Amino acid sequence: MTSTAVTGPNSNPHTNAKKRSARPSAFKLLARNQLALMGAVILALVVLIVIITPILPLPDPDATDPAQRLLRPLADGHFLGTDHLGRDLLSRLIWGTRVSLAVGISASLVAALFGSVIGIVSGYFGGRTDNIMMRGIDMLMAFPYILLALAIVAALGPGLMNALYAIAVVNIPFFARNIRGVTVGIAHREFVDAAKLSGKGHIRIILTEILPNVMPVIVITISTTVGWMILETAGLSFLGLGAQPPQADLGSMLGEGRKLITTAMHLSAIPGAMIFVLVMSINLLGDGIRDVLDPRLKSGALARPAPLTRIDRTDEGAGTTYPDDTVLAVDELRTEFVLGDDSYKAVGGVSFHVGKNECVGLVGESGSGKSVTALSLLGLVASPPGTIVGGRVMFDGKDVYGMSEDDVRDIRGGKAAYVFQDPLSTLHPLFSIGDQLVEAIRAHNAVSYKDAWAKAVELLGMVRIPNPQSRADNYPHQLSGGMRQRVGIAMALANEPRLIIADEPTTALDVTVQAQILKLMNNLRNDHGTSVLFITHDFGVVSEICDRVAVMYAGRIVEMGTTEQVLHHPAHPYTKRLIDCVPRLGEPDRRTSAIPGLPPAVNNLPAGCAFADRCDRVEEACRVGSIAFDDLGNGHGVRCIKPMEGADV
Amino acid sequence: MHVYILRRLILMIPVLLGLTVIVFLIMSLIPGDPALAILGSYATPENVAKLRADLGLDKSMVEQYWIWLTNMVQGDFGRSYSLNRPVLDEILERFGATLILAGTALVLCTIFGLLTGVVSAVRQYGWADKTLTFAVLIGISIPSFWLGLLLMMFFAVELRWLPVSGMYAIYGGGDLPDLIRHLILPSVTLAVVATGIIARLTRSNMLEVLRQDFIRTARAKGLDENRVIYRHAFKAALVNVIPVIGVQAGFVLGGAVYIETVFQWPGIGRMLVNAISTRDILLVQGGVVLVAGSYVLFNLFADVIQHLLDPRVKA
Repeated sequence: MTSTAVTGPNSNPHTNAKKRSARPSAFKLLARNQLALMGAVILALVVLIVIITPILPLPDPDATDPAQRLLRPLADGHFLGTDHLGRDLLSRLIWGTRVSLAVGISASLVAALFGSVIGIVSGYFGGRTDNIMMRGIDMLMAFPYILLALAIVAALGPGLMNALYAIAVVNIPFFARNIRGVTVGIAHREFVDAAKLSGKGHIRIILTEILPNVMPVIVITISTTVGWMILETAGLSFLGLGAQPPQADLGSMLGEGRKLITTAMHLSAIPGAMIFVLVMSINLLGDGIRDVLDPRLKSGALARPAPLTRIDRTDEGAGTTYPDDTVLAVDELRTEFVLGDDSYKAVGGVSFHVGKNECVGLVGESGSGKSVTALSLLGLVASPPGTIVGGRVMFDGKDVYGMSEDDVRDIRGGKAAYVFQDPLSTLHPLFSIGDQLVEAIRAHNAVSYKDAWAKAVELLGMVRIPNPQSRADNYPHQLSGGMRQRVGIAMALANEPRLIIADEPTTALDVTVQAQILKLMNNLRNDHGTSVLFITHDFGVVSEICDRVAVMYAGRIVEMGTTEQVLHHPAHPYTKRLIDCVPRLGEPDRRTSAIPGLPPAVNNLPAGCAFADRCDRVEEACRVGSIAFDDLGNGHGVRCIKPMEGADV
Repeated sequence: MHVYILRRLILMIPVLLGLTVIVFLIMSLIPGDPALAILGSYATPENVAKLRADLGLDKSMVEQYWIWLTNMVQGDFGRSYSLNRPVLDEILERFGATLILAGTALVLCTIFGLLTGVVSAVRQYGWADKTLTFAVLIGISIPSFWLGLLLMMFFAVELRWLPVSGMYAIYGGGDLPDLIRHLILPSVTLAVVATGIIARLTRSNMLEVLRQDFIRTARAKGLDENRVIYRHAFKAALVNVIPVIGVQAGFVLGGAVYIETVFQWPGIGRMLVNAISTRDILLVQGGVVLVAGSYVLFNLFADVIQHLLDPRVKA
């Protein structure tokens, strides 16, 4: 759950709805892309000319005039000159374009239809179906495809329609294989498995889960292949196998012109240039369409994340002082995501500290900003769109955001290490776990690969992975979820960090494995004196491992105190409701109630308390101004004007 | 690993068989009588009948296929009637020239495609990316046969830097430098489209991969950015690009037909175009089978490399 919060506020349905209205329409996006617009204009112009060709005042393209042969361009009465039979080149060019365009588009649609059906069926069903269909496709693809087109045209006889059939047939495997590849990737994803388990039929899954995800690829493939198809039919005609005289398409004109290239270059240069312009404009437009259809591009998420989150601070925190043994101090940290004209205040002024050998829990619902807080600490928030806009993070007494990229990199995985949720996606799938551990070690220590490997095996043993020697050679996909999480922890321990930032390390695991991991982390903490920042949404986990707890809501900390204080004497109504959500062993009659409503959108936070709309103790004063974080004494604090005193849970 | 390769080799047999069936079927659809085509329209019916019997054209389709296939397995591809020499000799000789051309083009497009794609992705939205993206777009939009003509006119006819056509100079040629001089224009022309396709795919795959969680992990480990990009991201992207490089081998082998025609390269593509027009069926059959067979082998090679790089891909 938290991993979605990291990529931005997308996990929140409110912000999504808001974003859609703020996002420009597909058409506007397309128009904004100047190259695509240029392509569209040129293509539209060509198409227009081609449509009205019959009524244009052009000479007959096939009328020969030996007296006027091989005229250069700009000759009297022949704007582009004439060919070896004295035919008007401009007229032939326009009529030829008409033929080439029609043939290319038809061939592309035929190939797309047959290819997509084959690809989706094959990729989705897999197994024997896939095997048989793909063997068939392999056989067709075993031919370098112009070769197959040549063979087909040779058999059917040269001619434009035969060239069209040949090009369409030859491109079916290309579509089929492309789309099968995408489908296979999707068919093994969790949401398809979920749909299968929920009892949806195959056809329904294909139509509702697979097709929407494959559709962009189909459209992209069509928009790129139309250009190719035009090129390919032109190629066949160039070889003399497509359009037959007196009929001419651009390819056959080029083929004829080639024979006279040294005496009259314009005969080959002009039709070739026309093919180029046509295909180029189609490709420009196709790329524009692709960009618009790709939803990730719209949110700017496809932008390459920088190695360090962008820092553009308006302030450097309140300058609060913390105890001497503080390892990590966070002071009024603010992180925002800027998407279009909206800015999402994912972290809206968070302050806390972690002492030596202390474990501090950061608790909240999905989208409360806890993961973004964790990633902000060492600048790992994806940027764009993330920006750290204010506050300060002091690690070992130094301001992280004032450091150079190299210095931050030195801390990452060195003195402070992360453990992420879902290690299947957070470990590199193509490197063995031993190799990935070695890398972590060698990033901070100048040791040989061999020594680092020995250390890696030792680390795997330390996190209780059986047979670490042989396990080190395994790849992430060969391990169970619990084992992968242990690898993640081993990697964090590689350089004996002073602080471990654990982002929901147990969320993806079942309860028994979760308990083992917690025990492991507790032991390691006791043995090495490491500090831990533990991000979770689970109060059960908090009670087992944390010394102190901070509760986050809508990007701010609403309550903080010792685990005892927060769990047993919650002062904020939200904390109490959150604790009430946890079922308890031995109290089957206790009502566990979900909190009604949803957290507010962080790009549109209300004045006053963000929880006001969901709170049953709300009063008018709650909706005014900014609610201060009040000290209740003994390190217990709350952001509420009417804290629940002595509430005993 | 060996098991995987062996398995794939065995799986190749039905593909190759299917391929010969397709070739045979397509070729037998050719209208007209080859015997008549060879002897000309003034031939006596007796002579035509005799030649038909000699060529085995009077037998059933299945028999003809079987004879053709078993002979081919034994290295007998028949005799070309237009060239009056064994088909195998002709296609092997021609195929060598095509392999030199296509192989060079494939190496060029792989190197420049990957390079362009990675640079483009790393400098996303920078001027280098914009320039390269536009150049790539030109590359995949330009008709290769036209580009070949333009390059030939400019570098060979106008500037006289490079030979106009052929594989070796007629007088005093024949050594490696001579071959390379003749190879430059055709191989570059042939590589242009494939370079563009590989570059595009590499760029989009790199951008896709750079957003993955495991890249964040690599950064969280404190790896330096070059290592993150060139080891972690590139390897993950490469796995997706390699099969496409395999496919490009087909584009390059097929595209060679045009380029060989433009540059008078004595390869198998030009031979096929001629064989089709002279209706030399055995020559066409043999040539297509050889090129297609080698392409199957090449794809197998690409799959094996992908298998080596990606432990998740199963046989």
